[in-house]
Amino acid sequence: MKRIALLGMPNTGKSTLFNRISGASARVGNWPGITVDLMSAKILIGGHIAELIDLPGIYDLHGFSEDEQVVRRFLSNNAVDLVIVLLNSSQIDRQLSLVLQIKKLNIPSVLALNMADEAKQSGITIDTESLAKDLHIPVLSISAKYGDGLPKALQAATQIINLNQTATDPQVISQLLQEDHQIEHEMEGLIQHHVQIPTTFTNNTTDKIDKILLHKWFGLPIFFAAMFVLFQFIFTVGKPLQDGLAWALSLLRSGLLEPIFTSSPAWFSGLMLDGIYNGVATVAAFVPIIVLFFLVMSMVEDSGYLSRAAFLMDSLMAKMGLDGRGFVMMLMGFGCNVPALMGTRIMRSRPMRLLTMLVIPLSLCSARLQVFIFMITALFTAKHAPMVLFTLYVMSFLTMFLTAILFQGQYKNTEPFILELPPYRFPTLRQIILRGWHEVKHFLGRASKFIVIGVVLVWALTNFPSNVAPASAGTYAGQIGALFAPILDPLGINNQLAIALIFGFVAKEIVVGALAVIYGMQGDTLMVHMATQIDWVQAMSFMLFTLIYTPCLSTIATLRSEAKSSAFMWLSITWSLGLAWVVSFVFYQGARWLGF
Amino acid sequence: MQLLSQLKIGQNATITAIEADEYLFHRLSALGFRVGKPLSIIRRANFNGPLHVRLGTTDVILRDSEATRIRINTEN
Repeated sequence: MKRIALLGMPNTGKSTLFNRISGASARVGNWPGITVDLMSAKILIGGHIAELIDLPGIYDLHGFSEDEQVVRRFLSNNAVDLVIVLLNSSQIDRQLSLVLQIKKLNIPSVLALNMADEAKQSGITIDTESLAKDLHIPVLSISAKYGDGLPKALQAATQIINLNQTATDPQVISQLLQEDHQIEHEMEGLIQHHVQIPTTFTNNTTDKIDKILLHKWFGLPIFFAAMFVLFQFIFTVGKPLQDGLAWALSLLRSGLLEPIFTSSPAWFSGLMLDGIYNGVATVAAFVPIIVLFFLVMSMVEDSGYLSRAAFLMDSLMAKMGLDGRGFVMMLMGFGCNVPALMGTRIMRSRPMRLLTMLVIPLSLCSARLQVFIFMITALFTAKHAPMVLFTLYVMSFLTMFLTAILFQGQYKNTEPFILELPPYRFPTLRQIILRGWHEVKHFLGRASKFIVIGVVLVWALTNFPSNVAPASAGTYAGQIGALFAPILDPLGINNQLAIALIFGFVAKEIVVGALAVIYGMQGDTLMVHMATQIDWVQAMSFMLFTLIYTPCLSTIATLRSEAKSSAFMWLSITWSLGLAWVVSFVFYQGARWLGF
Repeated sequence: MQLLSQLKIGQNATITAIEADEYLFHRLSALGFRVGKPLSIIRRANFNGPLHVRLGTTDVILRDSEATRIRINTEN
């Protein structure tokens, strides 16, 4: 099978192009020689089935960042028939270096010039035909966003693939990669001959927006206000959707599933309905909010605003031994801690990377959001709900800052902070949905592994031994809850909530499902019942504990594999459990002391 | 001859030398910091935060500690 690699600098729309060519067929895979997973897809090109691989975005084939090493190791261990190099047309004056570096490796290549529209607006003209002649490779203008020019580019790729040349031996490539050629001169000559760049270059729209969003004094307040509005939006739009789905799911149970299981043994229908269905249905009802969250988040990320956030936050982050990129990863963590932990790879300095990884698990991820929305809806009025949620976000930031300040002495940073500010780009609806869809698919994939096993385990623990009442103190779950009572009672966390916390260690996605099984109820009934069992002070204490202690098994697994250290993993677990206990204790006892 | 960190907002300058270790040098040159290139500072973040630098068609943010590695000549 032919192998085609997609290569480009960061912010050139490489993932957009990959998604456009591969559609929904992409999968994540391992490759010889490298430790990270890369996305790949099988595509049909000129009668051949070829494998398209999305290599990490890099600036320099001879650079020293982890991503740059990954690309080098990939090319030194895997034979590649064709490299499609994607460049941002507006920045061709410096990005052309990547093409020249690939050419030195003697790998057949096609140059795709993306964002031709932006370049045109800035008055940049590129003579693709004459450039192609001098480079001896096809050069094509495309738009990854809208798909313009893509058929021609793929046609050029097909012609090269059809030549059926044998791919260069990776060992030869490995040797070639060790030579750092002087390409400066060649690059300048090519740019002078084939590209016209106006002397004064400004992207007016971006400049105007930056004047406001990066304003000396208003920048930060605007950033936090924007985040607050987005979360409000998710809450306001998501709630009715969530209610509707919950209603439909309970209708499905009473109308269809209960009649089916009436003839089966009681334990079996209990396992299926009270165990699996109740648990899964309660979790499923939260999917609309998660979807909304990822849609909004991917829109913010693709727009270029996140690197602005890095600019605004850097001086504050530097005081904590982190940098602006760390802040962006912290924000990513609000979607899911796992990709955020993986995203810290952009940092070369190991101390700062570890410090950032210690901080990320404290960011309020979408799985925890789901627990909070459930608890808040059950115990607070609609008027207070957004405020409570906002408080939890603030707490999330405070615990992160505290952790960074306390541990920065241990992890001293030496990494330079240099980041590109891309112009503002509004992603197309297709882009938002495709990105959102990929995120949701990953989230559901990760979640579903835990959910079914988790809820069945909870059901078994709350229904056995079979001679006592389900979810009573006599069950295994009750016994475990009683075991932890001396530690959790001072936090106002009762036995039932304690059991939910134990299962929350596996994944926060199953906390609400576990509660549904523990109380033997779901949806609104469960919420009403919860309100009679605990008061708001207990609920808040429970939420604070849930916010701060170990996020989930996937996060722990990621933490261990990214840090390549079990000791670091245990440090993270111990620290977050200890901090969770102290914060909940201070809050609960303080609130009670104040008379609440 | 000045350091980039000393350049005033809105002033134009040309890079005369880059004095950095190999890693920083590679990163800077990949982002377009090369001897002879014109650049200007668009803004500086509060509390001694990063510089927003414009080099040709690329906007880059970097800290003072990195900006002191770049020597420049002001044009006027």
